[in-house]
Amino acid sequence: MEALLAITIGVLVATSVYLMLARNVLRFIFGLVLISNAANLIIFVSGRLTAGAPPLIPEGADGPVGDVANALPQALVLTAIVIGFGLFAFALVLMFRAYTTLGTLYSDDMRIAEPRTEDTT
Amino acid sequence: MTWTLATPLVLPFLTAVLAFLARYGAAGRWFSVAGNAVLLAASILLMVRVLDQGVIAAQMGGWSAPFGITLVADYLSAVMVVITAITALAVSVYALTDIDARKERLGYHALFNILIGGVVGAFLTGDLFNLYVWFEVMLISSFGLLILGGNKDQIDGGIKYVTLNLISTILFLSGIGLLYGMTGTLNMADIARTLDTVENQGLVTVVAMMFMVAFGVKAAVFPLFFWLPAAYHTPAFSVSAVFAGLLTKVGVYALIRMFTLVFDGDVAFTHQILLWVAGLTMVTGVLGAAAQNDMRKILSFHIVSQIGYMIMGLALLTPLAVAGAVFYLVHHIVVKANLFLIAGVAERTAGSTNLDRIGGLYKSAPLLAILFFIPAFSLAGFPPLSGFWAKYVLVAAAIEDQGWIIAAVALLVGLLTIFSMTKIWAEAFWKPHPEGADPALSQLTPQARRHLLIPIAGLAAMTLVIGFSPDPFVTFAKDAAAQLLDPTAYITTVLGGKA
Amino acid sequence: MNSIILRVGTQYLCGLLVLFSLYMLIRGHNEPGGGFIGGLIGSTGFVLFALACGTADARNALKVMPQNIAMAGLGIALLAGIFAAFFGDALFTGQWLFINETADSKGIPISTVLFFDIGVYLVVFGSILSIVFAMEEEI
Repeated sequence: MEALLAITIGVLVATSVYLMLARNVLRFIFGLVLISNAANLIIFVSGRLTAGAPPLIPEGADGPVGDVANALPQALVLTAIVIGFGLFAFALVLMFRAYTTLGTLYSDDMRIAEPRTEDTT
Repeated sequence: MTWTLATPLVLPFLTAVLAFLARYGAAGRWFSVAGNAVLLAASILLMVRVLDQGVIAAQMGGWSAPFGITLVADYLSAVMVVITAITALAVSVYALTDIDARKERLGYHALFNILIGGVVGAFLTGDLFNLYVWFEVMLISSFGLLILGGNKDQIDGGIKYVTLNLISTILFLSGIGLLYGMTGTLNMADIARTLDTVENQGLVTVVAMMFMVAFGVKAAVFPLFFWLPAAYHTPAFSVSAVFAGLLTKVGVYALIRMFTLVFDGDVAFTHQILLWVAGLTMVTGVLGAAAQNDMRKILSFHIVSQIGYMIMGLALLTPLAVAGAVFYLVHHIVVKANLFLIAGVAERTAGSTNLDRIGGLYKSAPLLAILFFIPAFSLAGFPPLSGFWAKYVLVAAAIEDQGWIIAAVALLVGLLTIFSMTKIWAEAFWKPHPEGADPALSQLTPQARRHLLIPIAGLAAMTLVIGFSPDPFVTFAKDAAAQLLDPTAYITTVLGGKA
Repeated sequence: MNSIILRVGTQYLCGLLVLFSLYMLIRGHNEPGGGFIGGLIGSTGFVLFALACGTADARNALKVMPQNIAMAGLGIALLAGIFAAFFGDALFTGQWLFINETADSKGIPISTVLFFDIGVYLVVFGSILSIVFAMEEEI
């Protein structure tokens, strides 16, 4: 299972790097979504993969009974997903705003904040 | 104990809530000023406690470390919180005039205070994942601040800022995942303790490099700084000032924290890289600045070059060098935020920050000229201003460590900084205004003058105080460095339950 | 979108979703659920409303600006966290009050944890709606 997840993470990262190298910023943020999922998977796998019940404490007991899953990475991944979701929503709005105000999605054409200096004229 | 540590963290968020709910009236901006004044008081209280007890820690929710989230303040954290509060107060007063009602309605004050809360949180947390969360809080609010108003150049700069910072965030997150996989804990003190027992030390170094790149982007070091000069000159001046003063410094703080506390195993490798990075950052930053012709763009590139000095202190890793880095951090935040605030006043009076289009400020606004002179030449390292002592300590540390090349680079970059500062001085202040205008401060309403100049004067006074009596500050920086280089007290306080 | 089926359906669904989200919120302390999930479900109701009848109507139905809801939620969550400190506990320690407590029953438990969760609910609810409304109006 670890090997499968490792390969999945690798494929996700490779795909996202390919996407992020594109000049089109929309592709870039799709790459960003994939790579953030890869990072979430890394955290998930870091907590070790064990076959266990959900870590819920039954009524009356002081601790979970039997084999339970590691709850910490799940909490971390949940947090990371939420944050990633917020950032993605923001980035998407920003890209749309860029498209309407700058009229382009190509990073090479985005030169308003840093205009090209005239070539030795 | 809990109160002292948590108040500076909770206050900015309460301020943000109040300021946001009152954003349609004048009350919102005064909430921001008042909140930051209380924040300053709270942070000074924290500082007093830390000076008294060395390191203090508090466990949130009563969950003892390493299971819960720990807030911890040592000398470095405490001084960073104090300086954050000072900058925040200065900028919130400046923003009374600088930020128009439209931006206030969009929630400027709330975003600003959330940003401050994120910065304070990053300085105070003792938990790695919590550090990530504070970075995100900072990041989201800074995105908002950066594009608030929605000018074309803001959107353009914003895209570069957002994309590169998101990549850094994801690297940071992956690094946390791998570190957790190796040590089974997220508490930084606990990681520091258990990391030596990890079998695969090669993997530790790999993760260390991931953190170096992630924080390197945040700190804007060579070759990861390109987002900074693309974005920092576009938003409102208050926003630029607080970004310039605080944001990159959080990256530097995180580098210092991680590479003294956690990643101190393979120093020969990691800190050698940091030394190269430091030298190249200084040189590229200052050369980039020399090519620019706009006040804010010059100052943005100078942030990059100054970051190099702090990284240099960290890379040398001798007690004196780390003390130099701490001293430099404090001095730099005050000076840099102030310079951006002054650039704002220059634009308001002379009409632009482009050096070709302005001039005559010395003749018509001599007060502003003096106020510019202090931080600008402190930045360049003129004795006896604060920047001189900061550079002096660092160069002395380099020579002591026989790092002749880095010492030479530091001195050379200092010279080139003088070039940039004299360029601004000559163009904006000395030469007559190209359109024959008379950019006097009296064009501004008396109220605007108060709001704009009092924070500038206050920060300039701080520069002078540090400059004329550097001894207590250097002693403090040395104590902070001693704590950083020998983290036993930090680790025992966090884990020892002295809460 | 102009579909009468969606519009009529939404009238019932929106209310049901908000009700269900409150159920999820309160159930959350001992079982799966909680403020985050609740906020997501609740916001879905109004997102659906906005899709069916337009954002102007949805904003009217909501009465309060979603940004204000989110910030108020942040305030409630913070206050719930600070509350513990008045009892000498570390911040964000849960404080419990049991109404009608008897020997074999805990009665109705009220805790700061619940208020924190309500804060989270409002933050999620408000911020999702602000984002969605802004996007809807822009496009």
